[in-house]
Amino acid sequence: MNNLLELTEQMIKISTIICVIGISISLLLLLYRALAGPSNADRAVALDGIGINLMGLAALLAIIIVTTKLNDVILLIGILLFIGTLAIAKFLEKGVIIDRNVD
Amino acid sequence: MYKPNDLILRTTTSLIAFILLGFAIYLLMAGHNSPGGGFVGGLMTASAFVLMYMSYGIETVKKILPINFRTLIPIGLLIAVGTGAGSFIFDVPFLSHTFGYFTLPIFGEIELATAMLFDIGVYVTVLGVTMTIILSIANDQ
Repeated sequence: MNNLLELTEQMIKISTIICVIGISISLLLLLYRALAGPSNADRAVALDGIGINLMGLAALLAIIIVTTKLNDVILLIGILLFIGTLAIAKFLEKGVIIDRNVD
Repeated sequence: MYKPNDLILRTTTSLIAFILLGFAIYLLMAGHNSPGGGFVGGLMTASAFVLMYMSYGIETVKKILPINFRTLIPIGLLIAVGTGAGSFIFDVPFLSHTFGYFTLPIFGEIELATAMLFDIGVYVTVLGVTMTIILSIANDQ
């Protein structure tokens, strides 16, 4: 029984490390797209993907250092990411982020 | 000049803004023994308002939120100073805080601290400062 617990703990540790490596590779590729994207929309989408990968990285970090206090941070990253992407999209579309009167 | 159709953005905003406001209240209340507090709660509320401003425009949001955000700054500072000065009534040093256990109808027995009032002052001040900065920058066109 004790052996089984150690085995699962080892499995969780190894799979978390593999996931961190995968997300790091994904972040590097997305960073390349954000630096070398031909248009501004490419860079915006790349930044959006970087933010989503950061949410995953924060969740994996919460598994590594065993804590639940990082859950608020994950939700916060998601919300700020949504608002930031919305602002970039609105700037690319209209030129203003907060306009005076929509209608 | 074509007229853009913001139907998806507006529908999403009317749903998400309430989630953001609820999360802001959660962060404000949870600040005593979890991550969070007045500062992050104020920033979260400000981001909910910014989302509404981005999808509906300044004139429409001014109708449904008739708040001059500049007046929130002195109100928040007065709340914060008031909790500090209130400790003089009980003959203890400035900014002394205390707590007690109360039994409320729905929540059961909870711990209420006067540091909460100070945190609400921080919350109101941060909300006022952030919205003032963003709206002043957005206004010059």
